[in-house]
Amino acid sequence: MARLVGGRVLWSLPLLLALSALTFVLAWLTPGDAARTILGTNTDPVAYAEVRARLGLDRPLVEQYWHWLTGVVRGDLGGSVFTGEPVSAIVGDRLPVTLSLLGLSALVIAAVGTGIGLVGALRGGLAGRLLDGVAVVGMSVPAPWLGLVLIVVFAVDLALFPVTGYVAFADAPADWALSLVLPVVCLSVGGIAVVAKQVRGALADVLGRGYIRALRANGMPTRSVVFRHATRNAALPVVNVFGVVLIGLLGGSIVVEQLFALPGLGQLTVTATAQHDLPVLEGVVLCFTILVVVVNLVTDVISGKLTPRAVTP
Amino acid sequence: MSAGSAVTGVGSTGRAGGGVVRAVARRPLGVVCVAWLGLLVLACLLAGWLGSSPQEQDLEAVYSGPSAAHWLGTDQLGRDLLSRVLHGGRVSLLVVGVALAVHVVLGVVLGLVAGYRRGLVDRIVSRLADLLLSAPAVVILLVVLAVFPHNEAAAMTTLGVLSSAGLARVVRASAIRVREEPYVAAATVAGLGTVRILVRHVLPAVAGPVISLVSLVAGSALLVEASLGFLGLGTQPPEPSWGGLIADASQAIYRQPWMLVPTGGVVAVTAVACALLGDVVRDATDDRATGEPLSWRRMRTRVVARESREPAALCLLSVRDLTVRLADGTPVVDGVDFDVAAGQALGLVGESGCGKTMAVSGVLRLLPPGATVDAATITFDGRETLGLTEREMVGVRGRGIGYIGQDPVASLDPLFTVGDQLVEAVRHHTGATRRQARAKALELLAAVRLPDPAAVAARYPHELSGGMAQRVSIARALAGEPRLLIADEPTTALDVTVQAEILDLLRDLRSRTGMALVLVTHDWGVVADTCDTAVVMYAGQVVENTGVAEVFAAPRHPYTEALLAANPAAAEPGSRLPVLPGAVPAPGHWPTGCRFALRCPHVTTECVAAPIQSTSDTAGAVSRCLHPRAGART
Repeated sequence: MARLVGGRVLWSLPLLLALSALTFVLAWLTPGDAARTILGTNTDPVAYAEVRARLGLDRPLVEQYWHWLTGVVRGDLGGSVFTGEPVSAIVGDRLPVTLSLLGLSALVIAAVGTGIGLVGALRGGLAGRLLDGVAVVGMSVPAPWLGLVLIVVFAVDLALFPVTGYVAFADAPADWALSLVLPVVCLSVGGIAVVAKQVRGALADVLGRGYIRALRANGMPTRSVVFRHATRNAALPVVNVFGVVLIGLLGGSIVVEQLFALPGLGQLTVTATAQHDLPVLEGVVLCFTILVVVVNLVTDVISGKLTPRAVTP
Repeated sequence: MSAGSAVTGVGSTGRAGGGVVRAVARRPLGVVCVAWLGLLVLACLLAGWLGSSPQEQDLEAVYSGPSAAHWLGTDQLGRDLLSRVLHGGRVSLLVVGVALAVHVVLGVVLGLVAGYRRGLVDRIVSRLADLLLSAPAVVILLVVLAVFPHNEAAAMTTLGVLSSAGLARVVRASAIRVREEPYVAAATVAGLGTVRILVRHVLPAVAGPVISLVSLVAGSALLVEASLGFLGLGTQPPEPSWGGLIADASQAIYRQPWMLVPTGGVVAVTAVACALLGDVVRDATDDRATGEPLSWRRMRTRVVARESREPAALCLLSVRDLTVRLADGTPVVDGVDFDVAAGQALGLVGESGCGKTMAVSGVLRLLPPGATVDAATITFDGRETLGLTEREMVGVRGRGIGYIGQDPVASLDPLFTVGDQLVEAVRHHTGATRRQARAKALELLAAVRLPDPAAVAARYPHELSGGMAQRVSIARALAGEPRLLIADEPTTALDVTVQAEILDLLRDLRSRTGMALVLVTHDWGVVADTCDTAVVMYAGQVVENTGVAEVFAAPRHPYTEALLAANPAAAEPGSRLPVLPGAVPAPGHWPTGCRFALRCPHVTTECVAAPIQSTSDTAGAVSRCLHPRAGART
């Protein structure tokens, strides 16, 4: 287990390096830079050179990247070029919002997606076809549009939830939950559809296997055949798809945070992109990449647990 | 050269690409999806000639709903929404097309090269695919859009690159599979160039999975494009795009919620069409897909109610007029009768395809999905099972009737150890505590003569040999202490030496426990050594049912006689083993008269005229023949 985790973490280092370097190069290619943005209408070349020097933008790209990288190793992500606030603090402020959104969505997707998929695999027939149809629609609805419909119906017309905004859990847990209901629903629908489809397909596959027939032939009840043996065997492909769905949620969270005005990492990405705030953008990309690495790691560990020890070399 | 063209003729997959199109065209859902996508693309292309300009403002009719002048209503500047949706489609569908083109070219080329060349290239491509698949796509798209502001083509090209990893994996897997096919090997031997083999033979074979996945990617690319447009990072106003239109609609959710309907609707319906098309192509090209996916409910064997029940014989298991039909209505077992007395062993004999397995599966209600069982009576231990619910039937299986199958390794759950599976069975049948069940499981493993039961209990099924796995299966079947054990060709998958040991074990267990045995087999030696009575089946019917001594001494039915003559164990050394010419008629193609008539050396015109009834003699031996062999002599 320790070897698996260690190997995975090592293997994720190239991903972190590649993505941060890519961000650096791309941001460097970007027309305009932070100095211009800071100076605004002031076009004085002397002031411009001065700001560039202060930000380190006049140094070669490789040097800038090395400077940033050595900083990261020391735990220093630099500061925002606008506010000077440390990037770690900015990202740290935003992280709980995004993690709340992602965590709750992951729970909802796991519970509802598995539930729907199970019902489809158990009952089949009309219920199964109905679920198939709902799943296809769920996968195909554009998230921003779904969010708008949710806002119109549940926040405006029925006034059940706040339209937008975020309340920290520490301030008021009830309001925190209310403020996240619509965003979580909006973010979860696509993932629920994908997971439900996968659960149903994987179970249908497993139910046709010889050991299921043998278990039935020996008088084992549904409780054992389906909920112990079939689900355990179907879990492996489902866990892998669930990991992919979670990574997809990171992208979805950008749209959802923008739509519901949640001050999370996604929103920060959009503003940092627009303002060429390279240190902040780097911090955000780093943060997202670490989330991806963690999701992949957890997926691998669970997959390993689900496969009998003797199978893995 | 001539060899090359001959090989091309053999490579049947050249049709596969066209086959996908034809298979989709046969399914109404596929036609609807293709029609929607086709019409939409056409309408977007012709948008300039259809209706008004997307920029023409009608300030008299701002935010209007659907009307005769504006079929889908208007936006905040009174611009016609239908026109804006169609012109927006030109932008959105074009960039989605760009993403797909990059996705397909990169994915197919990388996948083919990796799957066909293998080696280092394969490892590099696979690692690269891992890396791309674990990258947060939308975050990277945002970074790209920061460099190329509002350049959707750049963003969607990036999306195509990122998503090509998934396609490369699928193509690689298919390419590896096709590579092993004999016709590709033949083409290689015939000296066809690699590129030609890839294009002619490998590419058509991967067409199905590729089209299926590309449809799904098209749907998600469309959604990503809509999201980027909504975030204001895509095409800039006043130029319409589908994402931009949703953003426009979001500004008007209080004044005119209607605007959400056409703007989001066109994206959603198009994405649905793509997703459904992907499913249709997958079902059409995957030979495993049988339409509806399997469900637990469909696996329950249905019992067809019958008005009159026949009285059963007074014995452990009595079956009368058992008929089994598959889901499509084809009968595979037709009016089978047999009895098993307590402690007795019955051999069910016949060639493959005669309905032996289906007959015992019908008794246990373990038929393939959708199949039905129908009988005058199936009485077990004095109880009519036909009226039992599935739940009650679960109680009969395992505790009343145990079962072991043909493929012992496949009959054990690969994720649980032998011990876990036995303990679970023991606990279920006896209600024992975990500790007691553990002891009992080890006892059972010892009873089936496995050396070192504790070590075997700790193993997973894939660590067992076939013979060991069959012993474990027997041990599990014994956990419920059944009064009858049905063994369905228990030795077919095993080595000859192991076969003898397993049969020896079954005989021994029977004499120790006194349980009855139904042994499905096509080996007369097994019947002679193990069974008391023999039931011979042919084309779904019982053709002979008699004592084992009698059947060997004087077979009545010509089929029994021919089967016995073809038995290698009884053959004269040095003489030629007689073979039974012809084949068993397939279910659904049974003749009206005697079903064995076509292969019978003694056939007469009466034999083929009408169905042959069973007759039984004074000793109770049954045969279904107008001209019984031994009967003629006595």
